[in-house]
Amino acid sequence: MTAANNVLLDLSGVGKRFGGLAALSDVSLHIRRGEIYGLIGPNGAGKTTLFNVVTGLYQMDDGQFTFDGIAYDRCKPHVLAQAGIARTFQNIRLFANMSALENVMVGRHLRTRAGIWGALTRNAGARAEERAIVKRARDLLHYVGIASPHQTLAKHLSYGEQRRLEIARALATDPKLLALDEPAAGMNATETESLKALLQTIRASGVTVLLIEHDVKLILGLCDRVAVLDYGRKIAEGVPEEVRRNPAVIAAYLGGEAA
Amino acid sequence: MRNVPDSLLRHDKRHAWIAFAALAIMLLALPFATDALLGRGWVRIVDFALLYIMLALGLNIVVGYAGLLDLGYIAFFAVGAYCYALLGSPQFGLHWPFWIVLPLGALLACVFGVLLGAPTLKLRGDYLAIVTLGFGEIIRIFLNNLNAPVNITNGPQGISMIDPVRIGGFSLGSTHELFGLTFPSVHLYYYLFLCVTLLVIFVSLRLEDSRIGRAWMAIREDEVAAEAMGINTRNIKLLAFAMGATFGGAAGGLFAGFQGFISPESFGLTESVMIVCMVVLGGMGNIRGVVLGGVLLVLLPEALRHGAGPAQHALFGKTLIDPESLRMLLFGLALIVVMLVRPAGLWPSTQRRRELSPDEDVVHQEQDTVYDSSK
Repeated sequence: MTAANNVLLDLSGVGKRFGGLAALSDVSLHIRRGEIYGLIGPNGAGKTTLFNVVTGLYQMDDGQFTFDGIAYDRCKPHVLAQAGIARTFQNIRLFANMSALENVMVGRHLRTRAGIWGALTRNAGARAEERAIVKRARDLLHYVGIASPHQTLAKHLSYGEQRRLEIARALATDPKLLALDEPAAGMNATETESLKALLQTIRASGVTVLLIEHDVKLILGLCDRVAVLDYGRKIAEGVPEEVRRNPAVIAAYLGGEAA
Repeated sequence: MRNVPDSLLRHDKRHAWIAFAALAIMLLALPFATDALLGRGWVRIVDFALLYIMLALGLNIVVGYAGLLDLGYIAFFAVGAYCYALLGSPQFGLHWPFWIVLPLGALLACVFGVLLGAPTLKLRGDYLAIVTLGFGEIIRIFLNNLNAPVNITNGPQGISMIDPVRIGGFSLGSTHELFGLTFPSVHLYYYLFLCVTLLVIFVSLRLEDSRIGRAWMAIREDEVAAEAMGINTRNIKLLAFAMGATFGGAAGGLFAGFQGFISPESFGLTESVMIVCMVVLGGMGNIRGVVLGGVLLVLLPEALRHGAGPAQHALFGKTLIDPESLRMLLFGLALIVVMLVRPAGLWPSTQRRRELSPDEDVVHQEQDTVYDSSK
């Protein structure tokens, strides 16, 4: 595989302003296929903004954005989901009044085709597709380790299971890049450990992972490479050990807390 | 799979069949029973109840499934009704057959649904409600004023002498003798409306449990998340508007043929609000709830209209409050009480029940645990 082919997501010179505030300025980074890429930084550094640009929720003001060799500019989230970017949300956004199973089934929407006609006639094709959706959704619920009955409403799942359900729903879209916004937020040490194991399994299955996280230990133990944002700029990038020793990072982020 | 003995399953199935057969016989006999017990006028009211159920089920797709609050839904009913009336009355001297005019009215309503949906895609909640409310009023005002300079709708006078529904040579507008029974016009319309209502229920059920239905519900639950999961929210929302409007248009056509006369007055804001009430009161998103809401909200005011006068006479010996105003008062009170006591509606969506009853997943899970502990 050539070097260019190896890059899944390539951002160059990305900028995003909200009124007079530059939330992101000139951020360039690339994520390679099959790696777990961490994004850290103090509160308000622009992590989630970058995340929203990558997943189409925000439109960037400057820069280029290439995913899997195709340039995307001003694309709706559903187009990027189609392209293979799936995400979870920092503050959990499940379909609260739908069952766990249905939540994951919704994730299959863009990889399936049945329309009104298929729904009304339930012809052989539509039935087979529906069976495949249910099977895949059940498999995914087992895969991420949700022990509650699959018919439980999403809002009645435990907090940790809701986080896992979001991951299952995102995986149902067959993503090439799975973008997780603080998946370990609010989890205890045991839950974080098992999340770490899950993310490693997901990576082993060939899905690239982009991770925003506050839990520095998780980031350092899990990520192949890490980028550090501060005030909307990338101040460091590299393997975790290297980044941890970077003086700019210590000053901006780790230093403030570690000192 | 569930570990239920075979004999019990058969028992369950037989019970379901008996209940189904009883319901079918009840529905078939309903107009005759109503006629005999309460009089012909009540059969007409039952017919209207069926029309309103169709409307409520159509609106349920927009409000209950996709979560888009539409306060101008009656406009689609009006479009269907006027389409039928203009093409099947002396107004233009056109007398197109029923089986062309009714689908045409539904189709036209569908187009109007998309026309309303397209500019309102970015609006949510209250803002959408206000725009749809305005849309409903625009249609009514247009119908009211399209009598000059060219007379199209005959303005506030409305259109009269609309052709009755005629299937082949069989007119539903007159009394027929069939199988040794006398079927007056209202009875015939009852059976027609019943068939269409069952069809609408069937379509709703199928849509609810499908890829499209899940996409609607995902949008209702969280539009941002739905879009992030790859749902093209624009198209799916337009589809909800279009489907809902189609049902409304079809019901409108049937209404025009049944009533024989329509005027803009029948398509006011009160009617729109009434249909929203049926959906919300019955249980948003649940078909049985919506049907129940439709039945209650048509029958309750009528029952109060007929019962309020005599009841006052019996209690006080004279009429203290005009029954007409009293019935709306009591009706409003009933709505408030229901919403206080059962905020999710009289018959809320099945999912809450579903999670209370153990199903195959629980059994699966138990088996897994047994398996794990034996390892």
